[in-house]
Amino acid sequence: MIEVQNLSKRYGPFTAVDDVSFRAESGEILGFLGPNGAGKTTTMRIITGYMPASEGTAIVAGHDVFAQPIEAKRKTGYLPETPPLYPDMTVREYLTFVAKIKGVRKDIKGRVDEVMKRTWVADMANRHCAKLSKGYKQRVGLAQALIHNPEVLVLDEPTAGLDPKQIIETRQLIRELAGNHTIVLSTHILPEVSQTCQKVVIINKGKVVAIDTPDALTERLRGAVTMYVQAQGPVDDIERALLNVSGVVRVNVADRKDDTGIFEVDTEKGADVRRELSTVVVRGGWGLLELRPVRVSLEDIFLSLTTEEPATGLADESANTAAMTDTASNHGEEAPHA
Amino acid sequence: MRNVAAIAQRELNAYFSSPIGYVLIGFFALLFGWFFYVPLAFFEQQSMQSAMNPGQALNINQMLVGPAFMNTTVIMLLVFPLITMRTYSEEKRSGTIELLLTSPLTDVEIILGKFLGAMALYTAMLSITLIHMSILFIFGDPEWKPIATGYLGLLLMGGCFLSLGLFISSLTKNQIVAAMATFAVFLMLWVLNWISTFVGPTTQAVLAHLSITEHFDDFAKGIIDTKHVIYYLSFIAFGLFLTMKSVDSERWRG
Repeated sequence: MIEVQNLSKRYGPFTAVDDVSFRAESGEILGFLGPNGAGKTTTMRIITGYMPASEGTAIVAGHDVFAQPIEAKRKTGYLPETPPLYPDMTVREYLTFVAKIKGVRKDIKGRVDEVMKRTWVADMANRHCAKLSKGYKQRVGLAQALIHNPEVLVLDEPTAGLDPKQIIETRQLIRELAGNHTIVLSTHILPEVSQTCQKVVIINKGKVVAIDTPDALTERLRGAVTMYVQAQGPVDDIERALLNVSGVVRVNVADRKDDTGIFEVDTEKGADVRRELSTVVVRGGWGLLELRPVRVSLEDIFLSLTTEEPATGLADESANTAAMTDTASNHGEEAPHA
Repeated sequence: MRNVAAIAQRELNAYFSSPIGYVLIGFFALLFGWFFYVPLAFFEQQSMQSAMNPGQALNINQMLVGPAFMNTTVIMLLVFPLITMRTYSEEKRSGTIELLLTSPLTDVEIILGKFLGAMALYTAMLSITLIHMSILFIFGDPEWKPIATGYLGLLLMGGCFLSLGLFISSLTKNQIVAAMATFAVFLMLWVLNWISTFVGPTTQAVLAHLSITEHFDDFAKGIIDTKHVIYYLSFIAFGLFLTMKSVDSERWRG
C-alpha cells in the first residue's frame, strides 16, 4: 500500500511537485502519467526515500518514508529512470551485491537465480553490466528491484528502451507481479496505462490533474460531450445565454477576438443540446459561425490536461483524433497489438 | 555490519576489476622501492666508512626506515587522490548512488563501507613494503618496534587523507575535479608549516598541530603518543562526518 499526502518538493523558487496526493491499494498497479518534466521522477524519488519532500508525507507499506526510512526502504523495490548498474560487475555479481544491501539474508544465490529467470536475464549472468544492451540493462534493473521481494515496486518508465517484444513481456511480468505487490509505474506512453494499470494519476507541472481508472476516465468524457461554439456578438452576453441553456454544465471562453468568441460548452451526460444552443445564439441576434461536438479520447484527455493551451489544443486535436491515434501507435515506442 | 562489509567488498573489487588497482599498487611499489633504495645505498656507504674508522655507531632505524616512511607521505600525496576520486563522483555520475540511497542502509554504513574499501586497498599497497623490510631483517638487525609504530602511523595518516578524499569526491560528479581538488588540499596540508618561520609563536604552534605530516614524526621514531593517535582518529572521524553531511545536503538539494 502506498499513500501519498499533500506532497510538495521545491528547489528554491521552482516547484517540481506541488501538493500531490494519491493512494494505491495492495495488489494494485497505479500508472503515473505525465509529459517529461512533469514531476513523475521527483515524486517517485520521494516515495523511495532518495530525497525528502519539502512538505507532505508518503507512507509505504505502513512506514513513513521520512520517519522510518530503513523499514520503508526494506519493503520498496525501485527501478530508476537509468538502471543503476555497476559497469564493472557481472550480472550475477551485481544482483548478489544488491541482495546483500537490500537485506536478503537466506539463500542469496537461489534468490538471484530465481529473479534472473523471472526477468529473462539468466543467459547473461556472467556478462559485465557495461556490455549489456539497453533492453538487458533495463531488465537487470527490474531484477534488481525485485530481488528482495518487496511489497511495493516503484518503476520509473520500465519499458523505455525495450523492443516491442520485450515491452509486451515486461508488461506481462508487471501484471503478474501485481497480485503480491503494489506497483507504481510512470510512463508517457498512453496505451501502456490502459493496458496495465488499474488506476491512473495524470500529473502536469507538478500538479495532479486527474485520478481515476483508465476506463472511467474515458467513460467520463465519452458520455459528456463538449461542444465547440464560435459565435459573433458581445462575448459576455453570449456566454451568459449559453450557460442558461438546460443541460449545460460549464461554459469556457476559449478565445475572444473583437466581437467573435470561441466557447467550449460542457454538457451533461447524454444530453444533446445542439438544437438549443443554436436557437439561443440565433434568438439573441448574434451570428452562429460554427457549432460542432468535440470527441475526446484518452490522448485528448492527456493533452487537454497537460498542454500549455488546453482550449485551442483540444479543439485542434479533436479534428485529428483518428490521425493522432495512428501516429501514437506508430511511434515505435508502442508494441503492435497482439 | 554486514552492509558495511558488502559495500567495502564491492569497493575493493571495483579497484581490481579495472586496471586502476594494479596501476596504483604498481606505481606505489616502484616509488617506494626508490625511496627505500636511496637511503639504503647511503647507509651502505656510511657503514663502510664507519667500519674503517670505528667509534660512531650507525642506527639503521633512524637512517633508513624512518626516512623511507617519511617519504611514503609523498607517495600518498600523489596516489591517494586517484584512490578516492571515484568513490562518490562515479556513483553520482552513473546514477548508482540512487541504488545505494534507496536501499535499507544508513549513510554511516555507506560511508564506512567506502572508507574501509579504500583502506583495504591502501593496506594492500603497504603490505608490499613488508618485502623491503624483510630484506633488512635478513641482512641486518633493525629494531622491529619502531617499524611497527611506523606502520601504525602510516595507516592512521593514510586514513586521514582517505577520509578527506572521500569528502571531496562527494562534492562533485567529475572525477578529474575530485582528484585535482584532493591533490591541492593534501599539498596544502603538507606544506602548511612552511610559513612557520615567519609567523608568531602562537600561529606557529597552531600550524604545527594542524599539519598532518608533523604528527607522523614521533611514529617514525618509534613513539606512540596518544596526542598524535587522537589527532589522527579525530581527523578521520571529522572527514567522514563531513562526507556524511555532504551526502545528506545533496539529498535535500536534490
